[in-house]
Amino acid sequence: MSVRPRLPARPGTIGRREALIGGLCLCCLPAALRAAPAGPIATVEVAPGLHVRRGLDQEATEENLGGIANIGFIVGRDSVLVTDPGGSLADGEALRAAISRTTDLPIRYVVLSHAHPDHIFGAGAFQQDSPEFVGHARLPQALARNGDYYRQRLEEILGPGRAGPVVMPTLTVDATAEIDLGGRVVAMTAHGIAHTDNDLSLVDRATGTLLPADLLFVGRVPSLDGSLKGWLKELGALKALPVTRAVPGHGPESVDWPAGSADLERYLGVLLAETRQAVADNIGIEAAIETVGASERGRWALYDDYAGRNVTKAYKELEWE
Amino acid sequence: MRSLLLAVAVCGATALTSFAAGATQDEAERLERWRDLQPEFFGERTPQDGGDMVALDAPVRAEDASLVPITVTVANDQNITGLYVVVDDNPGPLAARVSFGPAGDPSVLKLRVRVNQYTLIHAVAETADGALYETAQFVKAAGGCSAPVGADEAAALAEMGRMKLRLGGDVVLGQPVEAQLMIRHPNFNGMQMDQLTRMYTPMRFVRSIDVTYNGVQVFHLDGDISLSTDPVIGFGFVPMEKGQMKVVVRDSDDAVFEESFDIPAQGS
Repeated sequence: MSVRPRLPARPGTIGRREALIGGLCLCCLPAALRAAPAGPIATVEVAPGLHVRRGLDQEATEENLGGIANIGFIVGRDSVLVTDPGGSLADGEALRAAISRTTDLPIRYVVLSHAHPDHIFGAGAFQQDSPEFVGHARLPQALARNGDYYRQRLEEILGPGRAGPVVMPTLTVDATAEIDLGGRVVAMTAHGIAHTDNDLSLVDRATGTLLPADLLFVGRVPSLDGSLKGWLKELGALKALPVTRAVPGHGPESVDWPAGSADLERYLGVLLAETRQAVADNIGIEAAIETVGASERGRWALYDDYAGRNVTKAYKELEWE
Repeated sequence: MRSLLLAVAVCGATALTSFAAGATQDEAERLERWRDLQPEFFGERTPQDGGDMVALDAPVRAEDASLVPITVTVANDQNITGLYVVVDDNPGPLAARVSFGPAGDPSVLKLRVRVNQYTLIHAVAETADGALYETAQFVKAAGGCSAPVGADEAAALAEMGRMKLRLGGDVVLGQPVEAQLMIRHPNFNGMQMDQLTRMYTPMRFVRSIDVTYNGVQVFHLDGDISLSTDPVIGFGFVPMEKGQMKVVVRDSDDAVFEESFDIPAQGS
């Protein structure tokens, strides 16, 4: 299976350019076409029976329907597992259409990798299949806390009723668990606080593929909503897994593993070291936002949209060390 | 619109910046809002232009609306006995009212506040004879009050009352030194809804902070729901001898948290 390594970005160019290219394609569609029911989305079979839709390196918009995260599905002998249902009801419907174009097998499992809206609001499209919705043991409380808030904000972008419902998991994982799709076992791990406090990763053993969702960002700037130190710890554990390929939550459909973790680990390491130094030097948060991570600017799409928030988050964590 | 998208997109944000919020307000409405607020805090008194006397530094566009760092500096601090920080358009506008004691140093005060919508933030210095001097800055941030409770608040609740004191350099007797007091407290403002129960997380916030040095008052702070989770207060004080800084924090549930810090001072 081909792996698509990301070329190094030139400072200050890649984020805007990628956003522009993606945005133009969709914006230029006639309005009537955009409003039509979503057809199946294009997916890539990164390994036998493992299909991935690459999310756009953009923020959610009316045009992209929240299709900004990598989502996909795994086909076993007996059933199908959805690796994340997508960023809106329409995104989920388009994924479901892509699945039915590929296989007639029933969709028995829909994994909700974590509570962020770009990964889970497609879940409503799969309720008709009565699958198990699978999530981290802390996912229910995170959705209870934030789900309606996310939904309201998403509807401000997509329009009333177009975000999709907040779907609660029917099956939760508090450590590890396995799902058998028929001759194909998917192992699940509930992680400690990292990207969020409810990250669930998958390993498709048949193809030696890790699906870490947003525990892995490639090319698009990571967003920190849990614990910086925790994320580095969990990333270290993921790197030790005996797999050769990973599907990032954002970025290419597939990267070599563990090589594909290098950029993220470097970014998180810089954020940790430089924020910790700023705290030690009594540099305030505002000044730290200006200085921390300067070497990373230009290496990531959407960098300026998230970098300051990440520093703020890291600072809040590290000042209590 | 871009910042609105940003908050939704990935990131679980505990804050939301939006061009829409507060955008209808014009300059005249903001001034009227400020005039309407004044009697509550100042009674019959009207603040005058602070000119060079009092300055407020805040980010024009905040990275995180639930944690907007602000710095108030006072040029001629000899007569200053108190400072007010008001986030005009917040549901509870008064972020903090600080009165300085004999061991205090009003020259600098740093706070972290929540911002609910685009707003003016006012800093007002009060002199011993009751005169008031104001300055203001417009801040673009929104959603900092109603943003859902997250892992940060959970950590704050678990360690509620833990404190740290950081000193900005060596302490020299008789010389002002800047200190940073950090208090673990969720400062729940009662506006965060639990979507499962449809109940709001009950309000529980830091009501007052008293800091003394060897028994002499450094400052007294009256807080409110506009202070961020885990309040952090930067302040000056003048140690006249080696000693101990004592902090007493009271919250709206009448819980009392106390901590003492030995100050390693060098003679001058």
